[in-house]
Amino acid sequence: MRLTGAQALIKSLETQGVEVMFGLPGGAILPVYDPILDSSIRHVLVRHEQGAGHMAEGYAMVTGRPGVAMVTSGPGATNVVTPLANAYMDSTPLVVISGQVATTAIGTDAFQECDITGVTMGITKHNWLVKRAEDIPRTVAAAFHVATTGRPGPVLVDLPKDVANAQMEWYWPESEADLDLPGYHPRTEGDPAAIAAAAELMLSAERPVLYVGGGVLKARGAAALLELAERTGFPVVTTLMARGAFPDSHPLCLGMPGMHGNYTAVTAMQRADLLVSLGARFDDRVTGKVDTFAPAARIVHVDIDPAEMGKVRVPEVGIVGDCRRVTEGLLEALEAAGLAHDDAAVRTDAGARATPGTRAAARPGQEAWWAQLRAWQRQFPLHYDEDAEGAIKPQMVVETLRDLAPADTVVVAGVGQHQMWASQYWRFEEPYTWVNSGGAGTMGFAVPASIGAKVGRPDKTVWAIDGDGCFQMTAQELVTASAERIPVKIAILNNAYLGMVRQWQEMFYAERYSEVYLSPDLPDYVKWAEAMGCVGIRAETPEEVAPAIEKANSIDDRPVVVDFRTDAFEKVFPMVPAGGSNDAIVVHPGQSGARIAQ
Amino acid sequence: MTDLAPGRPDGEAPRHHILSVLVENKAGVLARVAGLFSRRGFNIFSLAVAPTDDARLSRLTIVVDVESAPLEQVIQQLDKLINVVSISQLAPEAAVERELVLATVAVDAARRGEIIELVGVFRGEVVNVGPDKLTVMLADSPDTLDDFERLLGDYRIVELQRTGRIALPKLTRPAPDA
Repeated sequence: MRLTGAQALIKSLETQGVEVMFGLPGGAILPVYDPILDSSIRHVLVRHEQGAGHMAEGYAMVTGRPGVAMVTSGPGATNVVTPLANAYMDSTPLVVISGQVATTAIGTDAFQECDITGVTMGITKHNWLVKRAEDIPRTVAAAFHVATTGRPGPVLVDLPKDVANAQMEWYWPESEADLDLPGYHPRTEGDPAAIAAAAELMLSAERPVLYVGGGVLKARGAAALLELAERTGFPVVTTLMARGAFPDSHPLCLGMPGMHGNYTAVTAMQRADLLVSLGARFDDRVTGKVDTFAPAARIVHVDIDPAEMGKVRVPEVGIVGDCRRVTEGLLEALEAAGLAHDDAAVRTDAGARATPGTRAAARPGQEAWWAQLRAWQRQFPLHYDEDAEGAIKPQMVVETLRDLAPADTVVVAGVGQHQMWASQYWRFEEPYTWVNSGGAGTMGFAVPASIGAKVGRPDKTVWAIDGDGCFQMTAQELVTASAERIPVKIAILNNAYLGMVRQWQEMFYAERYSEVYLSPDLPDYVKWAEAMGCVGIRAETPEEVAPAIEKANSIDDRPVVVDFRTDAFEKVFPMVPAGGSNDAIVVHPGQSGARIAQ
Repeated sequence: MTDLAPGRPDGEAPRHHILSVLVENKAGVLARVAGLFSRRGFNIFSLAVAPTDDARLSRLTIVVDVESAPLEQVIQQLDKLINVVSISQLAPEAAVERELVLATVAVDAARRGEIIELVGVFRGEVVNVGPDKLTVMLADSPDTLDDFERLLGDYRIVELQRTGRIALPKLTRPAPDA
């Protein structure tokens, strides 16, 4: 079958199982947009290419399938650089197809020419410049393979216009061996000896913590994690990228650690004698000052990326492998040591029961550890004060949203204070219900990512919790949402400031506020929402919060934007000052005894 | 000249390690490797690149400054590059290393013989002669090149270029029969 390169590209995407892509056409990608008219793939026309990238990320994060974005050359391609960098930091499978000027024009500074493979080399898992039409099916197959296997990540395929117009004979690679990837061999099976050594450390621990990162979600490992936690009785912390990997309502769950993590999660890690890290990467926002992080803890580090072993902290036992498979391996090793499964044994004291006379029966009890953890939880729960003047507290908005939304609601956040409050005050019960920009901290992520998430899971309610600063960066994609009838809901925690920066200037720059004020009513968010085809709602007093949310929840035929006018001076607590030790965690001023008892 | 003992005379571990990196012979691969070193803050001491006997592959011989980052981390990050096929680490004592230097030295006719004698001692070559300059070449171990360069320093060096080293593992000798 003779096809043009453009037809071969679309057919390759169809063969790969792509159902939807997000994009915006232009000169160099024009040939590829023609066969889209005849394709089964849904194309969502965005208003800015950054939106296409973040939509594809949101789609990928809730479905587990790779997100696909299509852009033209030059500025079209550079506009998707931020989503690529974002997906690279958060290991999100993303396939970007970019148009390129004709091969004969490459290097001549042609109109809308940009060396996008050069630009994105450091922020993609890999990228390709396709120079022959016959390479298209193999390259597309390789791109999806690389994006979705091993440690997932973004890839980019750059397609020159003349290659898209050239003729080729259609084929599809039969196997991995046909992909021409001689240097790519991700390891998924953990070393059994290392797994046995890790199990032994777990059976010796007196103050263990399961330190759970986004890798557990990438590996579809939430069920195995639940089993591991319940069988060992170990407390679980879920990082910002792992919210939902373990139910917040579970008695073993301590919540989020890190710079704005809760006191018990942060301090449990600091005092632990064993951290079992599953798909986490010892990010600086989790460790605080590395030299002082979890000083007494031995480390079991499970990660699919060999380069994470010892990158930040040298583990006692490093296991390279897929988090789900390694967790299952740990369960087998623990079972062999006598730590049996017991459906009735969700015990937070000493954990599950061990068969008498086995290795597991001789393990240390954890009653003292759990007594300490419960004491911290009682003393330092998340806390905020109601405002005497009647201002809306942003935390109260998140709590009300949570209480009025279906339990499986997908929550999407931008970056800043609102993101931390969303993570802290939502109760995540299911995996793949939390979408945010973790590593890169990309403001403006929420609106497009929520649209992509709703496209991926149209059966679920999708609430974006956004800041006013973030919203202004990418709000125009609500035009896309209205036009495509994608009914997302956006809650703007409008404090009229770049709030996180304002908080740092208050705390660390002697209240010298530099370039952080935005205004509560410029723009008028309700009018703006209406202009974009959405329903706009405003809540200015605490009494108006619940009715506004109920009204938003009742609308399912178009996007809704709710402008919550929140207290501008509220700060995120707890907080570990940047570069400081986690021991220096600062709790809400209304709570007593802000320092850890040494 | 015999190869000088590798490493530091005081017995400290050598600062440099040699990575022999087999990569796909494709456009942009060198940029990927160089970009990785730059963005991860690893230091390259020297780098030599050439195709191997298999036209699909090239070999990079990278001498890494292991004080800039743990060698294991450098290797693991390099291995993540899709176009990197394999990496072998060569400890200096387990490798045969060679490097080539070209040097143009300003020297009048009266002292030209001194240079020619020096080149002869090192078993190098005079590759070009001008009225008041000589270009000489030496291919040998990097340490020997260091010695040669020091001795040439007694004259006025106009230009000097080294290739960076290439290396292969030392061959193991069969154990002597009992």
